[in-house]
Amino acid sequence: MSKKPEQRFDVLVVGGGPAGIAASASAAECGLRVGIVDDNPDLGGQIWRGESSAHAPEAAQWVERLRAARVQVCSGMRVFHHLEPHTLLAEGPDLCQLRYQKLILATGARERFLPFPGWTLPNVMGAGGLQALVKSGLPIAGKRVVVAGSGPLLLAVAAYLRGHGAEIPIICEQASRASLARFGLALLGQPAKVKQGFSLRRDLSGIPYVANCWPTAALGRRTLESVVISRASGTEEIPCDYLACGFHLIPNTELAALLGCSIHQGYVKVDNFQQTSVSGVFCAGEPTSIGGLDLSLVEGQIAGLAAAGRGEDAKKLFGKRHRLQKFARLLDRTFALRAELRSLPLAETIVCRCEDVTHGRVNQYRSWRAAKLHTRCGMGPCQGRVCGPATQFLFDWIPDSVRPPIFPARLENLAAIESNPELQHTELTGAI
Amino acid sequence: MPDQVALTVNGRQMAVPPGSTVAVAVALANAACRRSVTGEPRGPLCGMGICFECRVAINGRLHCRSCQILCESGMEVTTDE
Repeated sequence: MSKKPEQRFDVLVVGGGPAGIAASASAAECGLRVGIVDDNPDLGGQIWRGESSAHAPEAAQWVERLRAARVQVCSGMRVFHHLEPHTLLAEGPDLCQLRYQKLILATGARERFLPFPGWTLPNVMGAGGLQALVKSGLPIAGKRVVVAGSGPLLLAVAAYLRGHGAEIPIICEQASRASLARFGLALLGQPAKVKQGFSLRRDLSGIPYVANCWPTAALGRRTLESVVISRASGTEEIPCDYLACGFHLIPNTELAALLGCSIHQGYVKVDNFQQTSVSGVFCAGEPTSIGGLDLSLVEGQIAGLAAAGRGEDAKKLFGKRHRLQKFARLLDRTFALRAELRSLPLAETIVCRCEDVTHGRVNQYRSWRAAKLHTRCGMGPCQGRVCGPATQFLFDWIPDSVRPPIFPARLENLAAIESNPELQHTELTGAI
Repeated sequence: MPDQVALTVNGRQMAVPPGSTVAVAVALANAACRRSVTGEPRGPLCGMGICFECRVAINGRLHCRSCQILCESGMEVTTDE
């Protein structure tokens, strides 16, 4: 067979969000040959997706630094396999081997979705999910959007959608009023965050932000027509065009796990220099803790400098990181999920959306593995990325070990691995 | 750059602003992206290429995640409807 395209880097960064951009720029400014690979059409990750430089000057500055330092950008390429030490396989229009000396994982986070009756209806989306679609061109002006779930992302999304002309009748936050109040007080120690909070509040004026409140059902025939919410005063049905619903964030740790990096309580374990338990593999941003933009940028810089052997420069950023890590721990505590959310799904409510496995069927088994084997829960193309965290919350199940390919890959690309004697033989499932 | 990108969704002519993803064109055509294994209509959930709910066929290639792919002039998009 023909030889596959191959790229060689001193430092390869996986993930084109703030952590990855900061890491690649920092490493490349030390004179190294650096590549950054991301499966989106453009750099920026979720938070900077589709932002013009006027709206996000910080994003524009970082991307400019990255380009000035001649980082090679591989967009639209998804890493799906770790072939052998120092080599990843990525799939875009074509298959590509990415070889590296040092690797920095900046794979970000995704929203946590929880099942409730009607959550599979079209126009029930993640909060970040709907925002991403609007950033990609979906007109939202004049649409009525209920924002619900948990976490600070709900506020940012509501402000964004309203800024684009949506009507937001309510923001439902499942956390208690007491924990939100503690969060507000604790933020006084974080001036930048308080400023962010105040400017958001202005964008959100007049929208009720209701604590102890969550969706119990989405109703509609072929698509969403209304949402039923539970709040202190009872239940209420709200007609709407969209439900933007996510329950805070969970880190994307699949690639780290595949590489053998230690994972502790759901997060990738790193040392002071952002190095994982695997020598030469670093990790920055949300996979190490859900701490938001500022922490991601600092961790990215530390990882980039450390990967380039500039440990002394990296050390100068430790203090800033320490302050921001306090904020990450606070987020985890404030937006911890309440037990009532476990009883939202009915027996017929779908838990695994890829394979349409209901709560009633999954509930007959005692472990993730048993449920997978008997019901195909988690065996579809998302590979349990949606139902895995949901069942972890619903049943305290622990996810399985990760096997390649970590994303569904095209059959011809999997076949290319199998038929190439240079590449190690490996068991592969998950072709599409 | 042209003002609009012209493509078809289930044979229907659509025009979307440049930079729009295929998921947006599908939503503007009032189409669901796919039918689930038990026949339910489904649309995008995560908007970032993780959930695979927004899969459509593009120019005959099946299982393309419409939220990750930009509309191109002359594209033929087919959903499960």
